Amino acid sequence: MTLEQLGRLSNYSVASATVVLALAFLAYAAQWSLARNVAMTKVLAGGEDVSLEESEVKADRSDAAGGIGFSLTVLAEVILIIGVVTRGLSAERVPWGNMYEFGIIAIAVALAAYLLLVKMWDIDWVGALVTLFAMVVLGSTMLFVYVPPGPLVPALDSYWLVIHVVAAIVAGSAFLVGATASVLYLVKARAERLTPEDQRTGFLWKMPTSGAIDQVAYRVHAFAFPIWTFAALIAGPIWAQAAWGRYWGWDAKEVWAFITWVFYAAYLHARATAGWRGKAAAILALVAFGTFMFNYIGVNLFVGGLHSYAK
Amino acid sequence: MSDTDTSELSPLEFLRWGWRQLTSMRTALSLLLLLAVVAIPGSLLPQRGVDARAVEAYLNDNPKIGPILDKLGMFSVYTSPWFSGVYLLLMISLVGCILPRSRVYYRALKARPPKAPKNLTRFPASIEFVTTSSPEEAMSAARRALGRARVDVVERDGSHELSAESGYLREAGNLVFHISIVVVLVGVAMTALFGYRGAAIVAEGDRFSNVLTQYDEFGSGALFDRDKLPPFSFNLDNFSATYQVDGPQRGAPLSFEATGTVSDGVDGADKDFSIRVNHPMKVGGASVFLVGQGYAPVIKVTNPNGDVVFDEPVPFLPADPSYTSNGVVKVAEAEPEQLGFQGFFLPTFIQGNDGATRSAFPAPYAPIIGLFVWHGDLGLDKGIPQSVYVLDKSNMTQYMDDKDPKKGYRVSLQPGESQTLPDGHTIEFVSLKQFARFQIASVPGVEIPLIGIVLGLIGLIGSLSIKPRRTWVRARRENDSRTVVQVAVLDRVPRVDLPADLDRFIQRMQEPLQLSEEGDV
Ligand code: HEM
Repeated sequence: MTLEQLGRLSNYSVASATVVLALAFLAYAAQWSLARNVAMTKVLAGGEDVSLEESEVKADRSDAAGGIGFSLTVLAEVILIIGVVTRGLSAERVPWGNMYEFGIIAIAVALAAYLLLVKMWDIDWVGALVTLFAMVVLGSTMLFVYVPPGPLVPALDSYWLVIHVVAAIVAGSAFLVGATASVLYLVKARAERLTPEDQRTGFLWKMPTSGAIDQVAYRVHAFAFPIWTFAALIAGPIWAQAAWGRYWGWDAKEVWAFITWVFYAAYLHARATAGWRGKAAAILALVAFGTFMFNYIGVNLFVGGLHSYAK
Repeated sequence: MSDTDTSELSPLEFLRWGWRQLTSMRTALSLLLLLAVVAIPGSLLPQRGVDARAVEAYLNDNPKIGPILDKLGMFSVYTSPWFSGVYLLLMISLVGCILPRSRVYYRALKARPPKAPKNLTRFPASIEFVTTSSPEEAMSAARRALGRARVDVVERDGSHELSAESGYLREAGNLVFHISIVVVLVGVAMTALFGYRGAAIVAEGDRFSNVLTQYDEFGSGALFDRDKLPPFSFNLDNFSATYQVDGPQRGAPLSFEATGTVSDGVDGADKDFSIRVNHPMKVGGASVFLVGQGYAPVIKVTNPNGDVVFDEPVPFLPADPSYTSNGVVKVAEAEPEQLGFQGFFLPTFIQGNDGATRSAFPAPYAPIIGLFVWHGDLGLDKGIPQSVYVLDKSNMTQYMDDKDPKKGYRVSLQPGESQTLPDGHTIEFVSLKQFARFQIASVPGVEIPLIGIVLGLIGLIGSLSIKPRRTWVRARRENDSRTVVQVAVLDRVPRVDLPADLDRFIQRMQEPLQLSEEGDV
C-alpha cells in the first residue's frame, strides 16, 4: 500500500469506529431504558403491577442489550486501533504528533482501559457514558482538528515525545474512566438518598452501590495520579529542557497541566478530609477532569504558546 | 474543628490556634484549590517572563484595562506577591503538617499493634466460626495467613488474642511524597537563584561570545554574579533547514541544524559543534539550545559619495509558518539625516490576485524585501536602551511616494538588486543569510528537584497502593471439641471491599484447620 492509501484507510477506520461507537452507545442506552421498570431483585417486582415474567423478560432484554453494547465497543476498539496504526504507518512515525492524533489515540487507550476494567471489576454500567464521550471526541476531532498525515515538527522529534505523551494519554484515559465513575457516583448517591426502598426499579439499581462506585473512582484516580505526576512533572520538564532550554516556563499548557495536577491532589485530600468525603470529592474529581479537557481543547485552540504546534 | 471562641485566648494560645488552623487538612485542601485558581490568569494573559513583547502588545491594544491588570501583577503572575503568598502559606502548612506526622509515625513504628477490642463481631468486617482445632492451632494458622504483618499474641482470661498491623509503608510513602514536594520547591528556588538564562540571535558567519552585551534577553538569579559569565564563544558557520516540499503538509519543517566551531574558555581550542532542536550543546557549564530561526538579509547602504555606511546581516523575525518576517534597519551613519527602514521579508514571494505579495513557502526560493523609509533622528543616543526590532519614529519623517503622497515610498529588492533613495543614498540587498536564535541557560543543581520528584513519585505510589490494615483474631475453647474463632479487620482508609478481603483471609486461615460440622455460627 502507498502512504496515501494507508492514510485513507486510517481515515475510514476512524470514521467507522465512530459509527460503531454510536451503535454501542444506543445499545447501552437500551440497556438502561429496558431496565426501567425492573426492580433491584426480581422477587420484589412480583408484588407490583409489573408481572414477574414481564419483568424477567425485560431484565433479560436489558442484559442482552448490554452484551451487544459491549461487543460493539470491542469492535469499535479494534477498528480504531487499525486507524491509529495505519495513521502511524502513513506518517512514518509514532501516531501522536498533533491534536488530531492525540485525540484518536487517547480514545483508543480510554476504550482499552474501559474494556479491561469491565473484565476486572464488571464496570459495564459506565458503558453508555464512556461510549458517548468517545463518540463525541472522535467525531469532533475528525471534524475540527483533522490534519493529513505528515512529518513531525522538529521540537516534537524526540523519544521523550513517546514517553511523555504515552504517560499523559494513559493517565488521561484513566481520568476519563474516573470521571465517569464520579458522575455515576453522584447520580447513584442522590438516588439512594431520595428514592424510597419500594420505588427502586431500573438500571440504576442494578448498578453497584454508591460506595462501591466511589471505590472504583478512587482506585482509578489513584492509579492515574502518579502517572500524571510522571507525565506532567517529570517527563514534560525533561523534554522541555531538551527542546526549549528550560524545564518549566509557565507556558499555557504547563500551567494547565499543573492546575490539573493540583486539582487531583485536592481530590485525594478531600477523600481524607471530614466534610469533603463523597459528594464534594466527586465534584472535585469532575472539575479536575474539566481542567484536563480544557488543556487538550481550550489551550490548543484558543490560548496558544509554545505547545500550540499541536493544532 | 470546633469553632473555638478566639476572643478569650492569650496571644500564645492564639498563635497556637492559628498554627493548628494553618496545618489542618481542611486548610491544606483550600490552599491547594486556591493555588490552582490563582495560577489560571497566567495562562490566559501574556506573561513578561515568557513573552515580554506580547505583554507590550497587549498593553498597547488595551490602554484602559491593561495598566490596571499590570498593577495587579497579572503580567507576571508567578512572581506576584499574591501567587507567592498562597505558595508560601502552602509550604508552611506542608512543613507544619509533615513534622508532627513524622513524629506520630516514628512512635507508631515502635509501638505494638493495638490490643483487640472487646467485641470483635461489632466491626462491619468481622466473622465468627467454629473449629475443632485448638486455639493454638487457630493462632498459628492466622499468623501464617497474615504473612508479613507485625503480630502480637496474648493469652487472657482463657482466650487467645492476636493483634496484627500491616501496611506501615503507606504512611512512610505519604511522608516521603510530602517531604519531596518541599525538596522540589526548595531545589527549584535554588536553581533559580544561582542560574541564568538568556537568548541571542546569531547570523550565519557571526560569532557569539558569552558576555552580557551579546544577549538580546538575559535574566539571572539574585545570587548569580553577572560579571562571572563563563567565557566561551562560538562561530555559527552554517544553518540548514529542510521543509516538506510536497504533499498535504507542504512547508512543514523537517529539520533545523546549526553547525560551526566552539571554543571553551578564554583561549580554548576550536572544536566543531552541531546543535539541533532537542540536541543542545554543553559548554562552559551552560547548555546552548536552538530555539528559533529565520532570515537575515545582508543589507548595504552607500552614501551619495560612494562610501559604505552600513553593511551587515539584519535579522527579520518570522511571523508565520511560511516565514513572512518583519524587521528594521537602522542606518545611524547616514548624513545629514539618519535613515530608518521598516518592512517585511518573504522567502518565497508570490503575487496574489489582489495584488498583495505573500510568502508561499518557508525556504528561500524567491526572496524579497519590502521596506518603508524614514529620515531624521533614530534616537539612539538618548541613553535609553532600544530594541533593534523597533523603529522609534518620534523624530523621523517618512518618505512618501511621488505620485501618490498618501502612500509611503517603497523599497522592494531581490538579492543583488539595489535602489537609490530620495536623499541620494543607495540601498542594496547583497545576499541572504539565515540566523539562529539560541537560548543559553545554566541551571546549577537541577538534579536536586529531579531526584526529589522521582523519590516523591515512588513515595506516592507506595502511599496510594499500600493498605494500612489491622487484624484481630480471638480464639476461645468452649469445650473439648469446639473452638470459637472471631476475626475482625479494619482498614485505616475506609473501603467497601473489605468484607471480600476478609473472606479471602478467612479462607487462607481455615485451610489448615478442621472446621466443625456446625460450620459458621
Ligand atoms: C503542596 C501541597 C500538597 C500536595 C500536592 C499534596 C498531595 C497529596 C496527595 C496526592 C495525597 C494522596 C496520597 C494518599 O491518598 O495517600 C496526599 C495525602 C495526604 N496529605 Fe497532602 N499534599 C499537599 C499538602 C498537604 C498538607 C499541607 C497537608 C497537611 C495538612 C497534607 C496532608 C495530607 C495527609 C494527611 C494525607 C493522607 C490522606 C490519607 O490518609 O489518605 N498534605 N497529599
